[in-house]
Amino acid sequence: MQFGIFSVSDITRDPVSGVTPSEAERIDAVVTIATHAEEVGLDVFAIGEHHNPPFFSSAPTTLLAFIAAQTERLIVSTATTLITTNDPVRIAEEYAMLQHLSKGRMDLMLGRGNTAPVYPWFGQDIRQGLPLALEHYNLLHRLWREDVVDWEGTFRTSLQGFTSTPRPLDDVPPFVWHGSIRTPEIAEQAAYYGDGFFANNIFWPKEHYIRLVNFYRQRFEHHGHGPRRQAIVGLGGQAYLAQRSQDAKAEFRPYFDEAPVYGNGPSLEEFSDMTPLSVGSPQEVIEKTLTFREYFGDYQRQLFLVDHAGMPLSMVLKQLDLLGGEVVPVLRRELAAMREPGVADAPTHAARVTAKYGDAAPRQPRPNANRGDNVTGQSPYQDTESSRLATSPAL
Amino acid sequence: MNSRTFQLAVVSAGASDPSSTRLLADRIAAGISRRAGQRGHTVERTVIELRPLAAEIATAITSQLLGPKMTEAVEILAAADGLVVSAPVYKARPSGLFTSFFQVLDNDLLIAKPVALAATAGTSRHALVVDEQLRGMFAFLRTLTAPTSLFAAPEDWGDPGLTGRIDRASVELVLLMEADLASAVRQESWGSYSHPLGGHTPDVAIDLESDLMRLAAGGSLNDRGPRGGATVVG
Repeated sequence: MQFGIFSVSDITRDPVSGVTPSEAERIDAVVTIATHAEEVGLDVFAIGEHHNPPFFSSAPTTLLAFIAAQTERLIVSTATTLITTNDPVRIAEEYAMLQHLSKGRMDLMLGRGNTAPVYPWFGQDIRQGLPLALEHYNLLHRLWREDVVDWEGTFRTSLQGFTSTPRPLDDVPPFVWHGSIRTPEIAEQAAYYGDGFFANNIFWPKEHYIRLVNFYRQRFEHHGHGPRRQAIVGLGGQAYLAQRSQDAKAEFRPYFDEAPVYGNGPSLEEFSDMTPLSVGSPQEVIEKTLTFREYFGDYQRQLFLVDHAGMPLSMVLKQLDLLGGEVVPVLRRELAAMREPGVADAPTHAARVTAKYGDAAPRQPRPNANRGDNVTGQSPYQDTESSRLATSPAL
Repeated sequence: MNSRTFQLAVVSAGASDPSSTRLLADRIAAGISRRAGQRGHTVERTVIELRPLAAEIATAITSQLLGPKMTEAVEILAAADGLVVSAPVYKARPSGLFTSFFQVLDNDLLIAKPVALAATAGTSRHALVVDEQLRGMFAFLRTLTAPTSLFAAPEDWGDPGLTGRIDRASVELVLLMEADLASAVRQESWGSYSHPLGGHTPDVAIDLESDLMRLAAGGSLNDRGPRGGATVVG
């Protein structure tokens, strides 16, 4: 079981101090938050992707590579990478590069994105968002598994004889989570490929997510990846902690009341009753988080949202101290004790290398020589299977 | 005709107590009970007053969260064989409370359910609000609206014509409930409507044979499915 935090990268006015951080301040703060997550014993840091203010994270692999360079154990990930408006070829290249630089301490979560103008800004049509996401991922999946890809689809220019570089680290593709709230096609795609499925588990009642997680587990089994309890499930959640319950509510309330997603709606108490939001003492947050397992079954990754709505850096770091110091150790112990036998472990690069190669040495692709026109001819690597030779486009 | 027990949901958006909007709704419900009784049926009536739901309706429309009272109202509507809906007219439109309540429901909640439409106003100049406003919204929700619209301005309360129209609409609603198109549609073609997953309508199956599901399972949009001619749908 992995525990971590995910951030949407919002730059929001602190409703208590009235200060809006600059982009420079917020970017530095997020790096500090990520490195502190490792210091307090968390396993994962994930960042969103946005292409408009008030968010900063337009280039997640750059940020995550920098964080990976400053940490030793932390897995860096996304929440989410836009599989719709990004070219899947660029996702294949950028995240394979991140995988090499982080020595495999990375994975990624794919999502569609719901900011309507972003689609036309990147030449896409939001009305085609779902088929776009599905087709793009079908291509991305091949780009990380086949040295040479010939591909033709509806939304992207076709590929002939294309090799995505660098090949994944140890020729083991990055692990992929598919994030979805209520789209069965996304759960089906995750199940078909045996990838992970992530339910963000904030904002709405748990019932909202349970059906799709169950559908994913059932289809995971249907597609032959093993029994449903071995499906790879991740959940979000939002917590605010203080030693005393009443302090947690008092400290968090001004941020809740003015948060763009919460403000002027139900009260903090009503929202806590209706959704997985937990605001209270470490014991209260532990108890609420333990209920997730009852509803969704044993799962592999728990991410908390702890840094949005204008909360200042000092406050977020204190949250991490409590989360890493008092909450997560108990959750690890309790969840491990309750875990059913045969449940899959959380995905890591090392485990995936072992699963692919056993004790044998992983493949390390070495390119063939530059033919003189900056291509390697028909065979990109010295050990590329001869059945996968490239047919280059006619010029 | 087999005798049946009909669940009738009465939705009233009257803001005062007593309210003429609720009074009109009650008279229609009583008419339906009487006419159903004459045909050997029983009617069980549940009233949903929107005034106590006002805060939860506002929450639902701003953050898509259904509170406990809204959840109960949705369950009543899901179980209903027929509806009476009654709105006060404000500024030549059904009240915002009334409209908001129906705007937060899932699109598939009321498919093919019979609905008697009613409104009250301070002047008869608002009489066409039922036909021009309510009927359109309930057409969008794909309900079966009774052909006779009911409207009461102050002078109508002393006019036997209103009683006659209530009786006519009551007969229409009973006959529509007897026809039970909603159950038939649920059996015959429920899958042909789009249904929100995790919505509030029970028994929605996930269609594994759609073009998008084939694309999700590694297929391509150019594949030809059993129905021929895969299309890209938004």
